[in-house]
Amino acid sequence: MAFDKMELRDIEVWDGNFAAAQALRQCQIDVVAAYPITPSTPIVEGYAKFLADNYVEGEFVMVESEHAAMSGCIGAAAAGGRVATATSSQGFALMCETLYQASGMRLPIVLNVVNRALAAPLNVNGDHSDMYLGRDSGWIQFDAYCPQDAYDLNFIAFKVAEDHEVRLPAMVHQDGFMTSHTAQGVHTLTDDQGYGFVGDFKPMNDMLDFEHPVTHGVQTEEDWHFEHKARQHNDLMTKVIPKIEQAFADFEKLSGRKYNLVEKYDVDDADVVVVCMGTSVETAREVAGEMRAKGIKAGVLGIRVIRPFPFMQIAEALKGVKAIATLDRSSPNGAAGMLFNEIAGCLFNTDTKALLSGYVYGLGGRDLTKAHLVDLYNELQANVDAGKVTTPLQQFIGVRGPKLSFL
Amino acid sequence: MANTGWDEFEIGAMLRSFDGKIDDIAGTLQEDRAYSQNNSFVASVADWRIEKPVFNKDFCIDCQFCWIYCPDISIISRDKKMIGVDMDHCKGCGICVEVCPTNPKSLLMFPEHADEEAELAKWPEKDEEKK
Repeated sequence: MAFDKMELRDIEVWDGNFAAAQALRQCQIDVVAAYPITPSTPIVEGYAKFLADNYVEGEFVMVESEHAAMSGCIGAAAAGGRVATATSSQGFALMCETLYQASGMRLPIVLNVVNRALAAPLNVNGDHSDMYLGRDSGWIQFDAYCPQDAYDLNFIAFKVAEDHEVRLPAMVHQDGFMTSHTAQGVHTLTDDQGYGFVGDFKPMNDMLDFEHPVTHGVQTEEDWHFEHKARQHNDLMTKVIPKIEQAFADFEKLSGRKYNLVEKYDVDDADVVVVCMGTSVETAREVAGEMRAKGIKAGVLGIRVIRPFPFMQIAEALKGVKAIATLDRSSPNGAAGMLFNEIAGCLFNTDTKALLSGYVYGLGGRDLTKAHLVDLYNELQANVDAGKVTTPLQQFIGVRGPKLSFL
Repeated sequence: MANTGWDEFEIGAMLRSFDGKIDDIAGTLQEDRAYSQNNSFVASVADWRIEKPVFNKDFCIDCQFCWIYCPDISIISRDKKMIGVDMDHCKGCGICVEVCPTNPKSLLMFPEHADEEAELAKWPEKDEEKK
């Protein structure tokens, strides 16, 4: 190999951004086309530094916008390279048009999304608005709760996305600042272990195969478009989840760290469960433990894979639960909330008749405190005791002014 | 093709230009290339055309101007000899007529329905320069 290897300690103190940048280095990304935006910038900056210091063999393409960043990634991926980039918020919004191109063209790009609120008003802090914006784009979406997850899930994302049975792009999400700028101990892989896990990139229908010329990005109308979209949806619904489970199993063998489509914490015997994503999962876990000491059988269900949505796994995980709270960190703007709707869909045709209530919280980086979660678990227990939802179906947590609730 | 189901084609918004492996494509004449069904070479766009070029070989000097300027690679030339126009891909833009340097021109535009033999029979005479 024409580049240098890096000696890492078993545990390094990294924030989520640097953990992701290290994973991109160890995966030996061929092309990163990127445009900076808070709070994701250090990921691509980190890759650029590793490249400049000869720790990677690749290309960094500086572009004029996030639309151009993803367009550059699409071109490089169609040419036959291992490709990644990172963005947040407004940059993610500008990328949206090209996100659908990447997935429709079946290009296994990995996009690190450091979740941040969407303007207006302008806000650089973490919520899940950009993550929710991507959920119909045909990408696989992994959610990290801490820097360790952000590191590990990058390897898993490449492994799944590049599988020739899958060939779909993948996002690795982490919470802006809460994960991206919070340094924690991260268990590392050696360069050989990390690269060995993802393996050499295996091109498919690549434009650099001059003996088999291809045209990428073709146009179809009512005669073919539906079949292409049906195929993409079919592959997301049937092929991706087994591949993710296999990658999780392989990664556990390598690292000892086990990931699941849905992360269950004290759910199996729980009466009351909070369903949430991102850093909130860790806060909720701590509070659930304290609620158990007070006699409330509390649990937490963290969504690890948002798309494809683990419909059956969630229905199974929640089958014995009596009351469920869904926590959406994105303004539903006129609806009940993504997690509320998805969880209701999972459970509606099952025998689980849990009491379901939705909460909107943490917009623009507003803290979700342990006190909020204590109140929330107490409300769920009150619902269980009353045998019905005693509150409005949608409540806002931590917003100033008169109590805000709907439905 | 019309009956191909969603699970019966290659993934991605991607089409192959040729059937199988190619080699020395630049040195292979179009008619000898294994174009795939999806290549535009096998599709006709003639129905877009409302005017067509007619080629009169009697005046052609094989200068190749039309071959160079045609934006749709629709001038057929072999061994630097002008043979005719690929009427499946010509869109009737008239550039070949515009650049033709002979007097009279060796290519002229006529309505799509015009009879080629009849037009060749009444081709214009040489245009004498007036002093």
